[in-house]
Amino acid sequence: MKSLGNIRRDFAPWNQPDAKPYIQFKNITKRFGDFTAVNNLSLSIYEREFFALLGASGCGKSTLLRMLAGFEEPTEGQILLDGQDLRGIPPYRRPVNMMFQSYALFPHMTVEQNIAFGLKQDGMPKAEIEQRVADMLKLVKLGQFAKRKPHQLSGGQRQRVALARAVAKRPKVLLLDEPLGALDKKLREETQFELMDLQQTLGLTFVVVTHDQEEAMTMADRIAILDKGEVMQVATPAEVYEAPGSRFVADFVGNINMFEGKVADRNGAAATIAGANGLTIRTANAGDAAAGTEVAFAIRPEKIKVSSKKPESGDNVMEGEIYDIAYLGDMTIFHVQLGNGQVVKASSLNATRATEDPLSWDDKAWISFRNDAGVVLTR
Amino acid sequence: MKRPLSAVTDRLVIIIPYLWLLFFFLIPFFIVFKISLSTTAIAMPPYTPVLSLSDGVAALMSQLGEFSFDNYIWLTQDALYFNAYVSSVVIAAISTFLALLVGYPIAYGMARAPATIRPTLLMLVILPFWTSFLIRVYAWIGILKPEGLLNQFLLATGLIDQPLVILNTHTAIFIGIVYSYLPFMILPLYSALEKMDYSLIEAAQDLGCTPISAFWKVTFPLSLPGVIAGCLLVFIPAVGEFVIPDLLGGSQTLMIGKTLWNEFFANRDWPVSSAVAVILLLLLVVPIMFFQQAQARAQEQGR
Ligand SMILES: Nc1ncnc2c1ncn2[C@@H]1O[C@H](COP(=O)(O)OP(=O)(O)OP(=O)(O)O)[C@@H](O)[C@H]1O
Ligand SMILES: [Mg+2]
Repeated sequence: MKSLGNIRRDFAPWNQPDAKPYIQFKNITKRFGDFTAVNNLSLSIYEREFFALLGASGCGKSTLLRMLAGFEEPTEGQILLDGQDLRGIPPYRRPVNMMFQSYALFPHMTVEQNIAFGLKQDGMPKAEIEQRVADMLKLVKLGQFAKRKPHQLSGGQRQRVALARAVAKRPKVLLLDEPLGALDKKLREETQFELMDLQQTLGLTFVVVTHDQEEAMTMADRIAILDKGEVMQVATPAEVYEAPGSRFVADFVGNINMFEGKVADRNGAAATIAGANGLTIRTANAGDAAAGTEVAFAIRPEKIKVSSKKPESGDNVMEGEIYDIAYLGDMTIFHVQLGNGQVVKASSLNATRATEDPLSWDDKAWISFRNDAGVVLTR
Repeated sequence: MKRPLSAVTDRLVIIIPYLWLLFFFLIPFFIVFKISLSTTAIAMPPYTPVLSLSDGVAALMSQLGEFSFDNYIWLTQDALYFNAYVSSVVIAAISTFLALLVGYPIAYGMARAPATIRPTLLMLVILPFWTSFLIRVYAWIGILKPEGLLNQFLLATGLIDQPLVILNTHTAIFIGIVYSYLPFMILPLYSALEKMDYSLIEAAQDLGCTPISAFWKVTFPLSLPGVIAGCLLVFIPAVGEFVIPDLLGGSQTLMIGKTLWNEFFANRDWPVSSAVAVILLLLLVVPIMFFQQAQARAQEQGR
């Protein structure tokens, strides 16, 4: 299979063997009392990368970020920034700035003073501070709000002040903890692109925490998927979606159909998988799963075609019955119950206004997909 | 028919505090003010004129003519009163500052303590109120006097070889006031510090502040409403304090509360002591107004 690279820009240092990681988590474990929040985790993040940490609530994303910022010390392991061990270095001496989940704007200071805070702390000359603050205000489009206090701003404006304050110091690494959590959908989408622009313009390394997979997919060069303090997979958005490394990742990101079964027969890269109740699936690439291995065949709904007549040809064709239909406007999701009882989700784009092949509840239907449409998962 | 009725009850609810103020502050104040305009007399009550309607309106009018501001002029002529006011304000100000120095770390520690033990700590701060104020001040005599507990302890440990003279000095008054009014300092400070978001301090450190500069740039400014409230709650009663200077300060201390007591009970000069009280009140109204303004400003800040 063709390798799925970064489709957004020509940037993939993680594929270059001689590239040096900028941030390295080496076997990091963090315990709170006898609760393990992060468990023997290793990660490498490269300079100028937009890196997302994605995972369910409580999986240790914030803890990881807070260890990088210096608010928590790892119980075990080492964090390196540009080759330097960060252990024992207090937050105020780390070249890292954080945008807090709660924004943490200083309520007794104006927008301007909030943004200037870190610069003053560094003893930057006054004229330079003014210039930098003006630049920042322009960047986040808050020029006319410079003299306001945080409580006089809307949620979205506050979020942009928090961003400007964190970026103002031009940190080597910017950490963003659920930066867009409080925004409505529209503003959130707009801001995602603003963030990407900003990262490109300033050439910073961004580490962003989110539990919104769409957000991670939109913004990040690479995504780390975490579960219970462990890394499940680190890959580009396209890889995570099209080539998930495990059942967990496949299930966590987007919608997927999972066929549990055994590799019956291998023929080069291709294989036949025997599923439950006599189901047979032909796949062009079964990876390194030897014959006899228990595997899951995973396939996304949009890669399955539904039709009322039996397709004339196809790698995989299965008969079933329409179980449920969800019309979403831009597409329709069919739930098809196969002969073996399994319900398969298939989505089809509503490219025209009328459907030439109307399907209704309890109709007989056929699903079909190509032999390279799914992935074989061993874990 | 329900609306007008509820409007009436609403109005009544608002009236209650005003009635309270009227009966327990304004009317007594005017009685005191009236007495301060009278002259002393060997009579019962010991001042003239005593207003009464029984002799007719004409007599009343002529009695009103007897009122004068002589007592206030008298206050300006004897340096004793001026000195007493100044010394009261100075003693109260120093005590307030000391109470702030002692109370702030305590309040800070309480606000940072685990949430489960905070109610206990609050309880401990309020606990002294369960014994009589007078007894607690008396107890300090036993601690501070030359052969008292403190001196015994210091002599026994060999830190001093002569007993310290603390009782009947200003130091004893400071100790007494700080001790007695500390809860009034701690409680508003605690409530200001407790509601502060800890991530603000993390943000300050993230932006390059050492913990100490984060305290001065973020924690302290944000606790200012608590600082002001605490200082006023200590300062205002401390200015007029009588018991503590009388018991711990000895005969030398000059405080307006003691002067007032002397005028009233030793000299039986009700008019002059009333004038002293009225001036004291005016002296205190200024800080109260300052306090209210600060509160309004804090409210406007949205905190
Ligand atoms: N100071 C602490 N003391 C004890 N447990 C903690 C502490 N901080 C975090 N935890 C625990 O560690 C785990 C991971 O917390 P963390 O804040 O990193 O989660 P998260 O992935 O950021 O979740 P969310 O998406 O909800 O923000 C949680 O189970 C949490 O209860
Ligand atoms: Mg979090």
